[in-house]
Amino acid sequence: MTLDVLYFAWLRERIGLGREVIETEAATVADLVAELRTREERYALAFSDMTTVRCAVDQDLVPLDTPLTGAREVAFFPPMTGG
Amino acid sequence: MAEGPTPRIVVAEADFDLGTEAGRLEDGPDTGAVVTFTGRVRDVPGDADASLDHMLIEHYPGMTERALTDMARQAAERWPLSGVTIIHRHGRLAPGDRIMMVATASRHRDAAFDAAAFLMDYLKSRAPFWKKEVTADGAIWVDARETDEAALDRWID
Repeated sequence: MTLDVLYFAWLRERIGLGREVIETEAATVADLVAELRTREERYALAFSDMTTVRCAVDQDLVPLDTPLTGAREVAFFPPMTGG
Repeated sequence: MAEGPTPRIVVAEADFDLGTEAGRLEDGPDTGAVVTFTGRVRDVPGDADASLDHMLIEHYPGMTERALTDMARQAAERWPLSGVTIIHRHGRLAPGDRIMMVATASRHRDAAFDAAAFLMDYLKSRAPFWKKEVTADGAIWVDARETDEAALDRWID
């Protein structure tokens, strides 16, 4: 499947881009993270501590074990600091 | 939210006028109370000694509007509101600048106060905004505070 993958805040800075298109067979968000980690050092670094990473699938905040079935957009970002 | 008010959600770089925004919620004959909360940029960052030069606020276009609309709808389901406004700025902000505001209108003050507090608590931890503080020493992403996350507990039934 083809996914739009987005990164925000320090994840965007560490990975060095805000958006990319990824072709993957990952079953869950966690599987996608595992796949990204093996790609390059910068991904491994950005995803080294998953307690500081949140994710959204198709713009809904979800846990990491969420299946990617039918997903089009996955976003990774640190805990939110609005307000 | 079958009969609730249509929330006014604004995510923009531009500043807003508090009086104008509060005034929008005053038109219902049944509205006895309007509560507003405004958040501003402090000139002393959370963890740094140096004073703040400016703040950068990043957000997730699309998800931000969805998340804020959803929060406003949840508030209107829990309290009898006649109006809800959420405005949040992004981009570069200087000390003293307004960051965001929440306004709620209802027949009575309790509902308006509680709904505004509920929206603020959710906005802190569930709306996709990220703040970066820039001082003479460098730039630091603001860490989420555990107390902000814990504040959500009081709204869970």
